Order: sequence, then C-alpha cells, then structure tokens
Amino acid sequence: MSRDTALVSADWAEKNLEAPGVVFVEVDEDTSAYDGGHIPGAIKIDWKTDLQDQVRRDFVNKKQFEALLSERGISNDDTVILYGGNNNWFAAYAYWYFKLYGHGDVKLLDGGRKKWELDARPYSKDVPQRAATQYTAQEQDLSIRAFRDDVVAAIGVKNLVDVRSPDEFAGRLLAPAHLPQEQAQRAGHVPTAISVPWSKAANEDGTFKTDDDLRDIYSAAGLDTSKETIAYCRIGERSSHTWFVLHELLGEPSVKNYDGSWTEYGSLVGVPVALGDEPGTLEA
Amino acid sequence: MSVTTCAAPDQAAPIPASVDLEKETVISGTVLATNGDPVAGAYVRLLDRTGEFTAEVVTSPAGRFRFFAAPGQWTVRALSRFGNGGGEVSVARGVNEFQVSVS
Repeated sequence: MSRDTALVSADWAEKNLEAPGVVFVEVDEDTSAYDGGHIPGAIKIDWKTDLQDQVRRDFVNKKQFEALLSERGISNDDTVILYGGNNNWFAAYAYWYFKLYGHGDVKLLDGGRKKWELDARPYSKDVPQRAATQYTAQEQDLSIRAFRDDVVAAIGVKNLVDVRSPDEFAGRLLAPAHLPQEQAQRAGHVPTAISVPWSKAANEDGTFKTDDDLRDIYSAAGLDTSKETIAYCRIGERSSHTWFVLHELLGEPSVKNYDGSWTEYGSLVGVPVALGDEPGTLEA
Repeated sequence: MSVTTCAAPDQAAPIPASVDLEKETVISGTVLATNGDPVAGAYVRLLDRTGEFTAEVVTSPAGRFRFFAAPGQWTVRALSRFGNGGGEVSVARGVNEFQVSVS
C-alpha cells in the first residue's frame, strides 16, 4: 500500500463527485454533521449503530456488514472514498473495517471534512438514493486485527504504540471528558508501549504529514520496524488513524489495530499496567 | 496575538447544569471574522503548554466554542474558511472567555 492507492486529495474528490463507480461515504462521531451538509452525493455510515453489534461488544459480523453495504447501495467493485470529522478518526476506523472485510478499492479523503471546510468547498443537504446491491464480504482479515491476548503476548516483544494523549498514556486521565461511559477500570498503559499521539501524524488542517516526516516521527519515538506492531487507543478509532499511517501510507507489512483498546485492556483482571510518562517494563 | 480576554467573563454562557464551575476550568469564546461576524464551522483546537494537541471542536452557528481544561497556559488556534487566528491564553478555574479573530 502507499499514499497513491490509499489516499485522495480534496481536489481529486471535487473533480470526481459524479464519477461512475465512486461512492463517497461520510463517517462521523457526530452523525448530525452529515445532516447539516455533506460532500455532494455522499451517503452516511454511523460508526456506532451501523458498524458495531448492538448487543455484543464487537463489530458487525460478515453477514451484518454485507447487509449494511447492500442496503446503502455499495457494490463490491465500487471505489469507496471515506471521510469525516475529528481529523478522519472515524473514517479511518471505517476504512479499517472495509479492509478487514476485504473490500477491493477503498481510500481516505486526505483532511476529511475539515480540509473540505477550510478550502470553502461546496456542501449539499440532499440525501442520495442508491439502489440496493448484493454485497459479498470476505472473512475477516485477522492479520490487521489484534485481540487482548495478542497484546499481552506482545509486551516487551513487539512494538506497542499507544496513540492516546500523553495524559491518558501516563494515567492522569482515563478518557476525554465527554465520553465518561466508556472508561476503563484502571488508568495507564500497556507496559513497554511507546507513546505516539495520533495527532503527531496529522497537519493542523487534518491532512497527513509527508511520508518522510511520518517515518521520522515513529523512528524518533522508538518504533522498531523489524518487529510487528500493534496500535491501540481508548476505543480503537484513533489507533485506526495510526494503523492507516503505518500500514497503508508507509507500507509497514505487519501492523494490527487493537480495537478493544484501553477500555478493554484497562478493565482486564491480572494484566500488567504501567503508570507515568515512560514505557515501563513487563515487571511494572 | 489576536486572542483578547473579555473584561467580564460571560456568565450567561450555556454551561450544562451538571458542570461544577468550582472545579472545572472552562475555556470558551467566539470566533470572529475581520468584519466582526461570528464564524460558524470554524475548527478550534486546544494545544497544551508543550504545543501538543489536546482537543478540537467545531464552532456553533453563533461561532461559539468551549473546552473543559485545567488552570494554566494553553494555546487556542482557530482555522476557518475565512482564515486562521489564535494565541496563548492563561486560564484559571471557572469560565474563561475569549474572542478569537481570524483573517
């Protein structure tokens, strides 16, 4: 993967709004953003009600994903362009889902809603009607998804990248204050994880930094590219952003996103937890 | 610096009733264009004393933004289709009200 296959610019997007076989999809935390105006022709996916199982704590399964994409009118050979607010966190999360279920051609819009707004590009309130399709998903590609046991086994062995804010890493905060219901039982981080906040990878307009800058950021933080990597955050959306950078932009071969992230790890009984600004050790 | 402190904190700001202003440090304000009109849809970000990203919000139709932070030094940056602005602010517990001009 590379920047050319994984990312499109706002200029490209505006020229291809009506291109056949191209579907723009907005994915937001604040789903009312779409209703107030979106990229013309874009449809909406709700990261929570559409992409997560509403009973178990897990993703939609293969069948549910097929039903969702069929109902929204996305077919297997469409080029899907994902974008959203929050510097594309939730769009990156959806991108990872599309990859997990084997969609052929999916890309992120560089800068998402923010870049689109700052460029003063047009919005629409029209909700397009797309004919239903018969979407077929692949089995989950578990080479890009980490589970809790993978994380525990990776302590001191693989790269663990904690992409939350420095205060969450150190254990001074459990979560951004507006989502108290998703807190873990314990604060801190997985011992030996390095702290590279997701925001290091983005310019202030929400676009990704250059490949050279990105490589420098992760190597300066101590990422050993000869090892496998697991990225995590609090609920798996910010770490999708970092997974996208490492796996899709920089082409690192073995990078997994731990979607359980701190809300799961920080609630496990018996696992090691490190406090403070340093990675810490397994004995921590 | 284009961040100016209002003489009196705006006590009418619609803070949720559940927020205890004895404990919380609120950084709130309005993003204004050069003609004085509020800017809706501006991206306002809060950076900590080291310049690290802490939070980002989109302004309301009235150009309003609000963060819940801690006492100390922060940087407020506003980006909008009309330009950018912002600067360093020093805040204490309670409501700290600012106007941010973009150009």
